[in-house]
Amino acid sequence: MSRAAFFEVEILDPKTKAQLCFLDKVEPHATVAEIKCLLHKCYPKWYPARQALKLDPKGKTLKDDEILENLPVGTTATMYFKDLGPQLGWTMVFLAEYIGPLFIYLLFYFRLPYIYSPKYTFTSSPYPVVPLACLCHSFHYVKRLIETIFVHRFSHGTMPLRSMVKNCLYYWGFAAWLAYYINHPLYTPPSYGNRQIYYALILFLLCEAGNFSINLALNNLKSDGMGSGKIPCPTRNPFTWLFFFVSCPNYTYEVGAWIGFTFMTQCVPVALFTLVGFIQMTIWARGKHKMYLRQFKDYPALRMAIIPLFL
Amino acid sequence: MASGEEDGSLDEKENNNKKRIRSALATAWLTFYNITMTAGWLVLAVAMAKFYIQRGTHKGLYRNISKTLKFFQTFALLEVVHCAVGLVRTSVIVTGVQVSSRIFMVWFVTNSIRQIQNEESVVLFLVVWTVTEITRYSFYTFSLINHLPYFIKWARYNMFIVMYPLGVIGELMTIYSALPYVQRSGMFSLRLPNKYNVSFDYYIFLIIIMLSYIPLFPQLYFHMLRQRRRVLHGEVIVEKDD
Repeated sequence: MSRAAFFEVEILDPKTKAQLCFLDKVEPHATVAEIKCLLHKCYPKWYPARQALKLDPKGKTLKDDEILENLPVGTTATMYFKDLGPQLGWTMVFLAEYIGPLFIYLLFYFRLPYIYSPKYTFTSSPYPVVPLACLCHSFHYVKRLIETIFVHRFSHGTMPLRSMVKNCLYYWGFAAWLAYYINHPLYTPPSYGNRQIYYALILFLLCEAGNFSINLALNNLKSDGMGSGKIPCPTRNPFTWLFFFVSCPNYTYEVGAWIGFTFMTQCVPVALFTLVGFIQMTIWARGKHKMYLRQFKDYPALRMAIIPLFL
Repeated sequence: MASGEEDGSLDEKENNNKKRIRSALATAWLTFYNITMTAGWLVLAVAMAKFYIQRGTHKGLYRNISKTLKFFQTFALLEVVHCAVGLVRTSVIVTGVQVSSRIFMVWFVTNSIRQIQNEESVVLFLVVWTVTEITRYSFYTFSLINHLPYFIKWARYNMFIVMYPLGVIGELMTIYSALPYVQRSGMFSLRLPNKYNVSFDYYIFLIIIMLSYIPLFPQLYFHMLRQRRRVLHGEVIVEKDD
């Protein structure tokens, strides 16, 4: 077996073309990920997750699993480095995004000082739907936290700090806005009374259970070792039978749960949050649906992205 | 096989023809639109000048031109549609924000709050808008017919340096002067308790709008400055070659 000569890799700044690092004696079958580790040794503050390496300053970022000798380079490869900024692991991101709304809602529920008029501080609402809403909202985010820690397996490693700050502002801000009105001393309970609350609660619980079932099912799919080679399909759990009709039933159930919460509280900010969430999740679901269609030739034709038979 | 090739090239020719007809129609419509808007704002300019010369005061000026202003400023909503269908290659969001802020000033501030209609700041932003829009729409018109006189290009990329800040001052002063009337009358506001469990305070909303000028105005201003450098800088290079 003839051993090909070692490669040399020089890493340049795309704007100034100054040489940041010169790596010699790089194995030909080294991956981009390994090159990033070598660069990290030269510059400890640029851990691999925040590095973007490209062959051309204006080109696409190289993937971590690409192999050096398969790239269109000579034995001396020139790469350009871009700093993606501080990165956070997905787990951290989701924990921050979900812990915020959980606690912020409670601040309003217990009517901490300076939120409402001083005479209402630490009082509680006479309507039973208010503590019920608090329970549901908290349950929703506790469930999400548990899923983040124990169930989800995330694909891409990290997210840029700026995105996370934006997302947190969005989730925390909306939580504060809707919690303000639901726990307000002048809150008006739903127009159709206990019947409306009861049916909305049923819808909420069913959708939460559904969402949890789907997350479990998707997780089992990934842990079966085949990676992305399997079409998600219904199991014995009736909640997963929504897979017959949609590609992303987890999003369907999520929207359903928030619709339930909207009717339970009869609060416009909740309705707006549900609407914005629905729009965002539809975009994600359609993207996923297209990816499935491209990946699997025999993908079930009946399935839509997020709403059965419709969207 | 020969006939297959012919069919192929026939389809291509048909497609090319369709594209040419479509782009000719698009250019015709856009030219008509921009000529109309230029004319509209010219009419406004003349009406304002006539009013001031005849009466010697700006009091009552807004009432006098308000119908024309409302018509042409609202008509500008079409520009968002142009971007959305791809007739014009600008971002829908940027155009949407610009047109929305104008519509907001006209319908939700000046038109709705009578007590501020005779403020000087109203005249200020009206004059700025008129000058800016006449320059902008004539720039587009002449660009579409490929006969752009240099002075119009110069005006479009230089006047904004003064006009933009003046316009912002006029708009902000107008909103500020409207605040006491809004607070007293509680207009456009929704109070608790109500069965939708939501509230809206127009007074606070206006304050938030005023504050939003702080991050937005510099971004738009520097964007125009960068465009100016790009357009006029390119000009300089050509002249050097000559």
